[in-house]
Amino acid sequence: MATLHTRSAARLMIAPSVLLLLAWMIVPLAMTIYFSFLRYNLLMPGMEEFAGFSNYSYFLTDPAFFQAIFNTLAIVLGVLFITVVGGIALALLLDQPMFGQGIVRILVIAPFLIMPTVAALVWKNMFMNPVNGLFAWVAKLFGLQPFDFLANAPLMSVILIVAWQWLPFATLILLTALQSLDEEQKEAAQMDGASAWSRFIYLVLPHLSRAITVVILIQTIFLLSVFAEILVTTNGGPGTQSTNLTFLVYAQALLQFDVGGASAGGIIAVILANIVAFFLMRMIGKTLEA
Amino acid sequence: MGNITLRNVSKVFGAHAVIPSIDLNINDGEFVVFVGPSGCGKSTLLRLIAGLEDVSDGEIVIDGKNATELPPAQRGLSMVFQSYALYPHMSVRSNIGFPLKMANEDKAVIDKKVADAARVLNLTDYLDRKPRQLSGGQRQRVAIGRAIVRQPKAFLFDEPLSNLDAALRVNMRLEISQLHQDLKTTMVYVTHDQVEAMTMADKIVVLNRGRIEQVGSPLDLYHKPDNLFVAGFIGSPRMNFVSGSSATPYKAHTMGIRPEHLVLSKESGTWSGTVGVAEHLGSDTFLHVNVDDIGTMTARVSGDFAVTHGDRVFLTPDAQRVHRFDDKGLAIR
Ligand SMILES: Nc1ncnc2c1ncn2[C@@H]1O[C@H](COP(=O)(O)OP(=O)(O)OP(=O)(O)O)[C@@H](O)[C@H]1O
Ligand SMILES: [Mg+2]
Repeated sequence: MATLHTRSAARLMIAPSVLLLLAWMIVPLAMTIYFSFLRYNLLMPGMEEFAGFSNYSYFLTDPAFFQAIFNTLAIVLGVLFITVVGGIALALLLDQPMFGQGIVRILVIAPFLIMPTVAALVWKNMFMNPVNGLFAWVAKLFGLQPFDFLANAPLMSVILIVAWQWLPFATLILLTALQSLDEEQKEAAQMDGASAWSRFIYLVLPHLSRAITVVILIQTIFLLSVFAEILVTTNGGPGTQSTNLTFLVYAQALLQFDVGGASAGGIIAVILANIVAFFLMRMIGKTLEA
Repeated sequence: MGNITLRNVSKVFGAHAVIPSIDLNINDGEFVVFVGPSGCGKSTLLRLIAGLEDVSDGEIVIDGKNATELPPAQRGLSMVFQSYALYPHMSVRSNIGFPLKMANEDKAVIDKKVADAARVLNLTDYLDRKPRQLSGGQRQRVAIGRAIVRQPKAFLFDEPLSNLDAALRVNMRLEISQLHQDLKTTMVYVTHDQVEAMTMADKIVVLNRGRIEQVGSPLDLYHKPDNLFVAGFIGSPRMNFVSGSSATPYKAHTMGIRPEHLVLSKESGTWSGTVGVAEHLGSDTFLHVNVDDIGTMTARVSGDFAVTHGDRVFLTPDAQRVHRFDDKGLAIR
């Protein structure tokens, strides 16, 4: 878009979609803000009245709130760590020439195509169940006491399930990036006496930095609002041990019927997401330039 | 320091024998050029020497030591790739210093050697730039810098100048030749440009379909080509070939005569023809003459020989400079 003409033409072209998107986002946001200032309980319809900031102060002073923030961050960071490290490892493996490469690659994508609810239920009932689960069976095989994952390590279990779902996405993006690495550069490094590990550190990893950034940005957006996996496995519990912000808002609105409080929570979640996005772009957005 | 010997080396890709079998000796300090048409296996041969490709059979001896099974890094060779293969996220300084860093050299030693190489290659002002901020010629020099810092036994170049424009190519050609004079290290250079081959080489290896057609000094190949392929490949414009009854007086199946060894006249000569296209280069003119009963021939005349399209001219081959070939295409001496 070099000339003034092409630039204004471009603006004109994208205007409709920008306006549509804006309306799409502004209306619900405005309504949420409006609700967040009301005393609005589903059990007492027609009794709404202006409540000032009291919804916010209730939400922010709720001990569950801090637990939820911590859990949200733990899920985001935990899943990011597992998927980026695991994704790089898997991508490196899949990049090796091997028998049945095409089929293996399709199999690797499979978890991403499974609905979150289904995936979480499969994990809950077939793997992590302390009586019938695969892990329990393996534990018994070794004469160990089966571990009740969802009761004793609920947050870690949720992280594990979500990471399993997002691993294919990371692997796929990193694999395509890996394949775009110039073959001659690798050979040059080989001639320069770089070991496989040095080639990985000095050549492959910098080459992947952009793809890693994309993986982190996209996944963060989705991981901030993990919900289905928590709902069907732990229901936020025991207590609030696996409640994240999204789940807390849900509990407020549909378990305690407090729409006003939930809206306030929703707005706080939006603000927090923006803070995270801001820092994220500050930290790693630079790699996307140039 | 730096002889390379290939014994019976062959390379097969699948069922396709790219290099059937090659014996070659490269002496220490020599500038050897592999030249040949596209797809004849020049790069493959170079990569075999480098160790980037495994030989299917035969052995490669570097400095008297069998290197056939050695990994690339341990052969003590440096390679300059056609695409330069610079590391894009590293500065010029780190690019040049990379081989030393991999050899765990001291930071101070690395700095000094990089600075020396940069001075030789006129890169001192660019040391902190990234490769993408450099011009083609500068990138080329960085690639050479990366190759020279670790003082290899031999340099391998794979068409290093093919991405440069004509003027720069002439320049870099001189610089590489100069570098060879200064370092006196063995250089193996792949190109399909015969001007590069003729101007730079001590020894040219002409390859065709994975086979060595002839090995010799540039002038050897020019004056005494062993066969039709070499005769046609070396020299520009290419040699004219005449076969059949017109070659019989020369007691050959095919006779060849270079454009610069044809004498032109407007009055009389051995063959007669009409001028087709005339390429005026100023000092010289290349005439494409449609010779009666033979076909198109190219002749080089001086720039002031005035003829135009359609003129009748006579051509006479310089009898001393006629090349004769038998029915298998081999030279008759
Ligand atoms: N990895 C490979 N697998 C199969 N065939 C290959 C492979 N590499 C090269 N070849 C074949 O080997 C032959 C020689 O290739 P090579 O790259 O050595 O040619 P070249 O002389 O360098 O040509 P150019 O001047 O175009 O670079 C070609 O016919 C090519 O198709
Ligand atoms: Mg080649």
